[in-house]
Amino acid sequence: MTALSTHGEPPPERRVVAPWADAVFSLLAHGAAWFTLLLLVAIIGSLLMGAMPAIREYGLGFLTNAEWDPVKEKFGGLVMIYGTLMTSFIALLIAVPVSFGIALFLTELSPAWLKRPLGTAIELLAAVPSIVYGMWGLLVFGPILATYVQGPLQKMFGGVPYLGAFFSGPPVGIGILSAGIILAIMIIPFIASVMRDVFEVTPPMLKESAYALGSTTWEVVWRIVLPYTKAGVVGGIMLGLGRALGETMAVTFVIGNMNQLDSLSIFEAANSITSALANEFAEAGEGLHQASLIYLGLVLFFITFVVLALSKWLLSSLKKNEGKRT
Amino acid sequence: MKTPAFLKLSILGATLALSGLAQAQDVTGAGATFPAPIYAKWADAYNKATGARINYQSVGSGAGIKQIKSKTVDFGASDMPLKDDELATDGLVQFPTVIGGVVPVVNIVGITPGQIKLTGALLGDIYLGKITKWNDAALTALNPGVPLPDAAIAVVRRADGSGTTFIFTNYLSKVSADWKAKVGEGTAVNWPTGAGGKGNEGVSAFVQRLPNSIGYVEYAYAKQNKMSFVQLRNKDGGYVKPDDTAFKAAAAGADWAKSFYQILTEQPGKDSWPITGATYILMHKSQDKPANAANALKFFEWAYNQGDKMADDLDYVALPPSVKDLVRKQWGAQIKDAGGKAVAFK
Repeated sequence: MTALSTHGEPPPERRVVAPWADAVFSLLAHGAAWFTLLLLVAIIGSLLMGAMPAIREYGLGFLTNAEWDPVKEKFGGLVMIYGTLMTSFIALLIAVPVSFGIALFLTELSPAWLKRPLGTAIELLAAVPSIVYGMWGLLVFGPILATYVQGPLQKMFGGVPYLGAFFSGPPVGIGILSAGIILAIMIIPFIASVMRDVFEVTPPMLKESAYALGSTTWEVVWRIVLPYTKAGVVGGIMLGLGRALGETMAVTFVIGNMNQLDSLSIFEAANSITSALANEFAEAGEGLHQASLIYLGLVLFFITFVVLALSKWLLSSLKKNEGKRT
Repeated sequence: MKTPAFLKLSILGATLALSGLAQAQDVTGAGATFPAPIYAKWADAYNKATGARINYQSVGSGAGIKQIKSKTVDFGASDMPLKDDELATDGLVQFPTVIGGVVPVVNIVGITPGQIKLTGALLGDIYLGKITKWNDAALTALNPGVPLPDAAIAVVRRADGSGTTFIFTNYLSKVSADWKAKVGEGTAVNWPTGAGGKGNEGVSAFVQRLPNSIGYVEYAYAKQNKMSFVQLRNKDGGYVKPDDTAFKAAAAGADWAKSFYQILTEQPGKDSWPITGATYILMHKSQDKPANAANALKFFEWAYNQGDKMADDLDYVALPPSVKDLVRKQWGAQIKDAGGKAVAFK
C-alpha cells in the first residue's frame, strides 16, 4: 500500500543510526550459534576425558559386560543399557498407538465443544513434574500392577516353559514394565499434542475430497492425513523417545535399581543408565567407579545421538520418496 | 535533584553490609547427607548465638571427601571414616561429631516392633538370598511362638551410594564370612538380591508398601515412621533393641584414644547395638586460611558444648564427654596455621 502511495517520489533516505550495529548484531548471532556448538564439543570432550580410565580399562567390552561391582571395582554397563532401551521401547509401544488415538479423536471425531478442554488437559499432563509421576508410580500404580496384572499373569503362565520366564519375579509392582508404563504416560502428552497439531494442518480440501469419494474416517486418516503429516508424526515420536531415554527421577522410583540380567522377566527389577548415575554419582569414589559412571553417561549421549540421527535420516528418506507413488 | 535521605542511608547500609560480608568470611563445609539435618540445626542456632555463618552443602560423603581434598571447602564431612594412612597422605585430620544407628525394619502383618529376633549371620543370609522364606527353619528356631508367615521375604536396600549402606555392609562383613567373600563393604555394593529404594525415604516407602519385606534405615526414620524394628544379637550374645542408650553403649566400647578410625559395628558391651556408626568431619592439618579454620573449630566446639539437646531432638546420639575431650586434644595438637601455630578454637 505504501509503495503505491509514494509512487513517483524518490524513496525516503534510510536513516543510519549506528553503522556498527549490523556488524555487532551479526557477530552476536554468529557467536550464539557457534557457542552452542562449542558447548556440545566441550561436553563430549569432558565426558571422554572423565571416562578415559574406564575406557582404557574395559574398552568396548564395557557395553557387553553385565557385572557392576563397586566393591571389587568391576564395571560393565550392559544391565543399565538394556534397562534404558527396554523401558523406552515399552514406553513407545504403549504411547504411540494411544497418542495416535488421542490425536485422531481430537481432530476428526470429537465434538467441537470438547476439543479445547480435552486438548488442554492432555497438554497439562506434560507439566506434571517427573518426580510426581515417580511417587505416584511407586505408591499407587505399583501395587495395582502387582495385584491385578502380575499376580493373575503369574498364575496363568507360572508352569509354562519359556513364556513363564517373562512373567516371573517377586510380585511387587516395580521393575521394567512399571518403568515403561510410567514413561509411556509421561511421553503421551508430547507425542499426542505434536500429532494433533500436524493433523490439524492437513488441508481440508484433501480430506473433503476423500470424504466425497466415499472414504470412511479411518481411511481418510490412514490414507490422507497420516501420509501428509508423517514428518511431523515421526518428529513427535522422536521427541517422546528422547524424553523417555533421558528421564531419571520417575524411573529411579519404579525400576527397582537392581543390577541383574539373570531373568528376562519384565516384572523383574532392573536399572537404567540415568538411574544408576543419579543414585551412585554422589558417593562414587574417584577412580574407576566414577569413570565408569561417566562412561555410562557417554553411552547414553551416544544412544540419544543415534536416535536423533536416525530420525533425521528417516525424515529425509521419507521426503525423497514423496510424490513417487502419485 | 537531591538524593533523598533514606536512599543515602540505604546505600550506606548496603556498602557496610557488603564490606562486613567480605571481612567475616563464611565457613563452608560439604559432605554426608546423613548428618545434614543436625549440622543445619546447629548452624542456625550458632548463627543466632554468635552471628557467624556456617554453610553446609549435603552433597554426599564421596563428594565431601573430594571437596576437602581439593580445598574448595573449609571442612568436609563423611559417614565413612578415612583410614589413618589415607589421612596422612592427604594431610587431613578427622573427628566424629554425632553417632547414629542403622536399624533393620520389617513389614509383616501381626508382627509388632521388636518381636522378631535376628543374628547377624541370619541377616546376612537373608540379604544374600539364601534364606528366602519367613518360616525358614533357622528363623522359626530363633523365634519360637512368633507367627512367621509362609511367605517370600521381599528384601529392600538402598539404591544410591550411602554411608548408611557402608555401616550396614561393614556389619554384615564382620558377622558373615560368606557376605565378606561374596559382597564386601562399601557405600554401594553389588547386591545379590533385593529392590533398591532411593534414600532412607525410598527404602522406608518400599518396606511400608511391600508385604513381608525387610529393609534397613537410619534410626531416626524407623522411629519417626513407627516401623517394626528387629532385635539383634550383639557381640556379647544379648538381644538388644535399637535406641540411644544402645548406640551410646556401642560408642563407649571403642578405643577412641588409639585412633578416630572407629567403625562402631559389632562392638563389645552387653547393651550395645551392633549396627552403630559415627559421622565424621575432615579438615586439613596445615591451614592456608587459619581464620576460617578457627571459625570452623569454634563452631564445632560450640556444638559439642551446646548441641547435645538439639542432636537428641533429631534422634542423633551425642558423643560421650571423654571422646569430645580427645577431639579437642587433637585439634590443639594437629590443626596448625602456616607458621606451625595451633589454630585457636576457644
